[in-house]
Amino acid sequence: MRHAGGVSTERDLTAPAFASPDALAGALDDHGYLADEGLATAGYLAVAMRRPLFVEGDAGVGKTALAQALAAVLHAPLIRLQCYEGIDASQALYDWDFPRQLLHLRAAEAAGRGEDADSLEHEIYSRRFLIARPLLQAIETDPCVLLVDEVDRADDEFEAFLLEVLSDFTVSIPELGTIRAATPPVVVVTSNRTREVHDALKRRCFYHWVEHPSFDREVAIVRRRFPAATDRLAQEVATAVQGLRTVGLLKPPGVAETLDWTDALLALGATHLDEDLATRTLGAVLKYREDHERVAQSIVGGHASLLSGAAEAAGAG
Amino acid sequence: MSGESERYDATDSVVGLARTLRAAGVDAGPERVHAMVQALDLLDPGQRDDVYWAGRLTLCSSLDDTERYDRVFAAYFGDRPRALIRQQAAPAAQLRLVHGADDETKPGTGDDDTDDTTPMAAAASRTEVLRHRDIASMAAADRLLMQQLLAAFRLRADMRRTRRTGPARTGRLDPHRTLRRLMQAGGEPARPAWRDRRQRPRRVVLLVDISGSMSSYADALLRFAHVASHRGRGPRTEVFTIGTRLTRVTRELAYRDPDRALKAIADAIPDWSGGTRLGDRLRQFLDEWGQRGLARGAVVVLLSDGWERGDVTVLGDQMTRLHRLAHRVVWANPRAGRPGYAPLAAGMAAALPSVDVFVSGHSVAALENLASIVAGAADRSREVAYA
Repeated sequence: MRHAGGVSTERDLTAPAFASPDALAGALDDHGYLADEGLATAGYLAVAMRRPLFVEGDAGVGKTALAQALAAVLHAPLIRLQCYEGIDASQALYDWDFPRQLLHLRAAEAAGRGEDADSLEHEIYSRRFLIARPLLQAIETDPCVLLVDEVDRADDEFEAFLLEVLSDFTVSIPELGTIRAATPPVVVVTSNRTREVHDALKRRCFYHWVEHPSFDREVAIVRRRFPAATDRLAQEVATAVQGLRTVGLLKPPGVAETLDWTDALLALGATHLDEDLATRTLGAVLKYREDHERVAQSIVGGHASLLSGAAEAAGAG
Repeated sequence: MSGESERYDATDSVVGLARTLRAAGVDAGPERVHAMVQALDLLDPGQRDDVYWAGRLTLCSSLDDTERYDRVFAAYFGDRPRALIRQQAAPAAQLRLVHGADDETKPGTGDDDTDDTTPMAAAASRTEVLRHRDIASMAAADRLLMQQLLAAFRLRADMRRTRRTGPARTGRLDPHRTLRRLMQAGGEPARPAWRDRRQRPRRVVLLVDISGSMSSYADALLRFAHVASHRGRGPRTEVFTIGTRLTRVTRELAYRDPDRALKAIADAIPDWSGGTRLGDRLRQFLDEWGQRGLARGAVVVLLSDGWERGDVTVLGDQMTRLHRLAHRVVWANPRAGRPGYAPLAAGMAAALPSVDVFVSGHSVAALENLASIVAGAADRSREVAYA
């Protein structure tokens, strides 16, 4: 059913670049991102309708990677806005280049133009003294993919401001006027759900919760990312990780950890996963001391249930 | 994309689905319905999967929503069309206060516990019920309670420094304002302006135990939560109820009118007066919310009597975990107000080492005191004496 989708060369944005979610999934596949049906549909609609896509999910399930893959597929630059507490308009939208403005003032003064205050002010607040931050860059760049990463880390004030920009993709600069996006960018907003993002923001977006991948998909992801990994290693790593997700750890490993682990095992020249290798590389998967101790004990304890016992469970599922 | 022959107007079905979803508690408003119709235009309305994803992507806004959506969708388009799976909400009467006669049987729900606390708890709660019935039936007294609590919450809150800056007398140079001053002075040197990091109240998270043994207090405690969530300044107070399951009721408490908010909670909570596995529910809270960030640096208040039906070591472990994440852990126990109370309940004893402030929560005065502690007035006089 899946067929590789080509990007139309001329960017006619009234028609979507991809004929169907399957076509988009195929194109993402070509760029090393394996999307399931829900994610492909979400991405397809976000591109076709130019409505922001709000992606939530556990850390390390591939939310940010989705935006990167979408940018690659659309041959568009990825503009990333990493959110953090206290981020404000001058860091996200635009800022004036104060040192250069001051320099310009002094230069004008030295040239004896201090009297002509009106035109001087006009000069100082012109486009060449404006620094475009990610949101303004995204509005001015066509086409592009805008990634608003970890929006839950920003505070409420910023959310309200983001809402304004995402709803009509215009920026009003009091000194300059309004800058409008010719075509709205493709927007991916990610959240780790450290807090609930306001409904008003979500209402303007498609909402998608990213699950951990199924066993087969996870094996495929490992194989795709690390062609050097043997089939057996990929399967055993995926089995172990899927098992670890079911035993109620403080931080169940995500796909990112699976890939880290495989990478670490490959660096040690492993062709399969055994107890010794698992114990030595556990730090790549588990990031809490309690989790680490618990799993290490069960491996050393001889029954190795968390590695092999879980295999049956995952194999059955 | 849909072929011309299969294209049909799906609006009726979509509106019907959205209405069913709203009945199930998903906020599927007209704007979202419009988005779904648009999305279906691009997809194939004849395909079940396409309809499923179009609806899920547009009508839902949280993980809870998607779970409800799955059930509603299955019922709406499944074998039994139009079969509403919405369970009857618990009658609002259950939210109301129980009578003294009922109450005598209630403490039996926690019978895993040591027996010696039971008779005292039962006797004490009978007087408690009377007082609570007064609060619930007399609107004037109700208003008074609200006012008292509001006053307590108006105290200076527990503050933390944020990364966001604002105008200040000292700190970093504020180029925006400095340049404007320069312009105003016609380019002459002016006094530089400064900005510094602002202060913000800490987030407050309330975990209200609504299990059987707490049923006589649930009403008053939820009213307390209502006042706390409308305290005005700072980040929103997050409120969860702990019963047989964990329910986030912050959204329901957003109604200004307390009676309406409590009614909304009654509709949202499927598990009034069930048994509790406090430790398991706390673990769920930490897994799904707390560790991600909700409890980090927050003032976390547990309103519970500490009757644990499950394994107390789980509760102890989870309390340690909570203590590591939170700025301050406050435990308000309605039974702690009794003369001669000692935290003998196994759950309570396991939790106490991880509790910063242990207070009673059995009367208006006690709740007022709790409010002032939550708000940050450091009344440490009643700090853990039993640990």
